[in-house]
Amino acid sequence: MRFVSSFVSEVAAVGDEIHVPISSDADIVIARQQGRALAERIGFAGGNLAVVATAISEVARNIVEYAKRGEIVLKPVNQGGRQGLTVMARDQGPGIPDIALAMQDGYSTAKGLGLGLPGARRLMDEFEIISKVGRGTTVTMKKWVR
Amino acid sequence: MLVPILKQRDFLIATIQSALTDDDLLQLRDDLAERVGRCRSRGVIVDVTVLDVMDSFAARTLRALAHMVGLRGARTVIVGIQPEVAFAMVQLGLTLGDVETALDLEEGIELLQKRTKRSAHRGG
Repeated sequence: MRFVSSFVSEVAAVGDEIHVPISSDADIVIARQQGRALAERIGFAGGNLAVVATAISEVARNIVEYAKRGEIVLKPVNQGGRQGLTVMARDQGPGIPDIALAMQDGYSTAKGLGLGLPGARRLMDEFEIISKVGRGTTVTMKKWVR
Repeated sequence: MLVPILKQRDFLIATIQSALTDDDLLQLRDDLAERVGRCRSRGVIVDVTVLDVMDSFAARTLRALAHMVGLRGARTVIVGIQPEVAFAMVQLGLTLGDVETALDLEEGIELLQKRTKRSAHRGG
């Protein structure tokens, strides 16, 4: 069981996963701080810690803007000796009617820059998005330690 | 987390002390736009040295801050962007547009002094 500081009462450790509930802009900060700390434990360093934290910030804000609430799940991965971090952002919000359009640079219907999802994809090594209108959206992305 | 704003002669210096939420950033933008008038300041420095992340919302809000302060007749300089943060911003494709930046507070003050002196000459 991974230790998660107790003063952040909403954050829960489930096995080696860290679950961060997202429902406000303050939760975006908690999610990226938790992600950065986990990335550091996994072996990320320097600019890549900022890269991971920024990607988490973008997908977490996407939840707050479009779905109001959801969660970020952070998990270490080990694939054939490669260490990495998986970030899953999921919500049960309105869903994305046109994913190709949402992934275009500069496209945004909310207050962002339109860099949210395409920006996060640029920052990470792997990026997958599943969305169903009326059911919600799940973004799964991975970054490998180099 | 409120960002303290220090008045130093003609300039206002806002030094970010810890991670900021979106609302904190918007508050800082509005506070500075208001204080520029109240203090009759000619320049604003926002010190982001402690920030370990600059995402698209933060960059957008800093651009808006500089734009609003500019419309009120003062100059803005962002100082202290860390190399790791700069790396992530470049990866993400984020820019601060035409907002001026400097390495640290010292360089920022020097830059503002140069800028405001030049505009004083132009005005006089």
